[in-house]
Amino acid sequence: MASLIGFYSLVFGICSSVAIIIFSIQNFRNPKKLNEKILILTFLQFFLVTISFLGLIISFVNSDFSNETVFNHSHTTKPLFYKISGSWGNHEGSLLLWLLVLTLFIFLFILKSGKQPTQYRILTLLFQEIIIIGFFIFLLKTSSPFNYIYPIPEEGLGLNPILQDPSLAIHPPILYFGYVGTSIIFSSSLSAMVVNYISKEWAKHIKVWVLISWIFLTLGILLGSIWAYYELGWGGFWFWDPVENVSLMPWFALTTLIHCILVLEKRLELTSWVIILSITTFTLSMSGTFLVRSGILNSVHTFANDPERGLFILIFLFTLIFLSLFVFFFFHKKETNNKSSFFLVSKETSIILNNWFMMYFLSVVLVGTTYPIFLDVISSDKISIGPPFYHKLIIPFLIPFLLAMTIGPRLKWIKSDLSDKFILIIFFIISLLLSLYIVKTLKIDFLINSILISFVFYLFFITLRDFFNKKYNNLSQNIAHFGFSLFLLSIIFNNILSSEVITNLKVGDTFKSEKLKIYFENITQKNEKNFESFVGEFVVENSQGDVFIMKPELRIYNQPNIATSEAYIRTSLFSDKFMTMNLVQNQEYFNVRYQIKPLMIWIWISVLMITLGGLMSIIKKNEN
Amino acid sequence: MYGRKVKLRFFYILLILTTLVLTIFLILKSLEQNVIYFQSPSEIKNISEIDNKKLRVGGMVKKDSILINSEEINFIITDLKNEINVIYSGVVPNLFEEGKGVVAEGYLKDRNFFMAIKILAKHDENYMPPEVKAALEEK
Repeated sequence: MASLIGFYSLVFGICSSVAIIIFSIQNFRNPKKLNEKILILTFLQFFLVTISFLGLIISFVNSDFSNETVFNHSHTTKPLFYKISGSWGNHEGSLLLWLLVLTLFIFLFILKSGKQPTQYRILTLLFQEIIIIGFFIFLLKTSSPFNYIYPIPEEGLGLNPILQDPSLAIHPPILYFGYVGTSIIFSSSLSAMVVNYISKEWAKHIKVWVLISWIFLTLGILLGSIWAYYELGWGGFWFWDPVENVSLMPWFALTTLIHCILVLEKRLELTSWVIILSITTFTLSMSGTFLVRSGILNSVHTFANDPERGLFILIFLFTLIFLSLFVFFFFHKKETNNKSSFFLVSKETSIILNNWFMMYFLSVVLVGTTYPIFLDVISSDKISIGPPFYHKLIIPFLIPFLLAMTIGPRLKWIKSDLSDKFILIIFFIISLLLSLYIVKTLKIDFLINSILISFVFYLFFITLRDFFNKKYNNLSQNIAHFGFSLFLLSIIFNNILSSEVITNLKVGDTFKSEKLKIYFENITQKNEKNFESFVGEFVVENSQGDVFIMKPELRIYNQPNIATSEAYIRTSLFSDKFMTMNLVQNQEYFNVRYQIKPLMIWIWISVLMITLGGLMSIIKKNEN
Repeated sequence: MYGRKVKLRFFYILLILTTLVLTIFLILKSLEQNVIYFQSPSEIKNISEIDNKKLRVGGMVKKDSILINSEEINFIITDLKNEINVIYSGVVPNLFEEGKGVVAEGYLKDRNFFMAIKILAKHDENYMPPEVKAALEEK
């Protein structure tokens, strides 16, 4: 029943979208009538998709196995929370969620943009409806979440156990808010171009959307990263896996956009650049979906390998790209007040410089992610590209990037001089000495480390100082940049100081090295609702004489029959102690990994801090 | 002859072009050094010379071939035509099982021994790395 309602409200939903298009074209020159009705219509569209989404959730909660999606991804013994989150933990459901966010965002956009010119609003709505209808057709034609199966199965196939996790349950919605937010930016900049409304007011108004999408995208990536850290049991937080890269690329583009929209807002320059970036960001979000969903990249995110779906997204993507390029070339007007009044030392220059570096990082990640795909198509050579590729190409260029990030915010618009030169030099010397000292004590590779660490410290100290200095009171920027320096510092020291032990142990065995003793005391078995749990008890003694117990867990799920390891993590402000235990088939040995990960918690905290910077920027705008 | 503005623009374009060329050169150079090729056991048998480049080997874990002691895990990867011995000390993914697909990353010692430094995790019981699928389909 719920699926039936879900399906029909989806059909009515697409009708309402068509109605919106017809209605707005008919009354394009009749703003009064439009203003009255359009809000109701977009709300209706959102409401219908919500009903449809609720229909899917109810089918999941009731374990209605006559619904194919529920049958494929649910099971009666699954806890209620994962029944609900399972409704978007699959291809069909996640697309419905994407559509839901799309309709929600355009409703909010219409609701919040009352002060903007009507034609601009309606045109944005029209561009957005093209995307929405595309998704409607995609859902109904190739991946309906409401297909029937007959005879009705007794039991479902279950959800992949590694997806049964709280942070992964909320990871897709958060990430989608970010992705879908970029579609609003895309439609809005296209329509602003058509009605010739690219102005300081427009920049001010769209900046909120840029910030919101950016915050959600950052949080979504953070959640995925935290999940990978404790659930996949590799003990790292970023693997340069293609699916991770695919979310990082729109993030780079969006971060660049945040910075250059500032220039547009203050100086009405870089308009073409802002538009190109809006288009790029959305295209990257869409191609991310395409790469992940089409099955070209194999990962947790690949739900089904259906060529028809991949083809549809590809055609849809190209239609949107051509449409946007068409609009760009026909409607884009050259900046009229282009007096090219840029001076070498100014805020603009440093922002543009950082834009260029950001684009460079983006292209490195793009090449690393897509090159294996192209090579496979061209020569059928199968290759993969490891982390060294990214590290080698990104780390050296962080140095000038950091410098611009430190000095840039202290400069003024148009033309500026460096003030407080003395302080700047003093801080630089302190950072340099500190980093030399650290590099020397730790006996690590000299050249790149000492330069990089001193520049990170430089950013760290300068942002910290500006925080207490009234002269540079841009709190949001300050916090975000400080967070970034903290982020880099945590990553660097995490990388340098991490240590690990990997060994195979039987119950009663002891592993001994100079620094460490691990004793495998016992293993206890427990039956949970949908899995069997084995908890190992290990006594670890380190060289300082501290003794503590670690209890990594191994779960064997009933449906589907898969084993997962749950890492045991002891977190402190200074370092994480991390242990996983794996099963090796038919053997009495367990594969045990023990890691010390310094400053791990600061990586998460610093990303939150960067996000907080974005949040404060929105709050500040509202106050004005 | 040319105005200041034209000269400036020319300079900018030149700057952008050089940067682009340098960037592309850098990326390609680094790509060349960091690519990891995937091979099946049969391809390794026919390799002409053994260098110390990182490789990936994929296929199926042979039945009854897993041997484990406190230091290392030994097993055999087969593509049902040829096989190769793998020596590994590190973490194995939970779905590492006899008769299932596997991808090992590491270095060749000779044509019969492979020193693995990483065994890749699969996330799904039905999931087979595309490389393994291709290697198994070829036979």
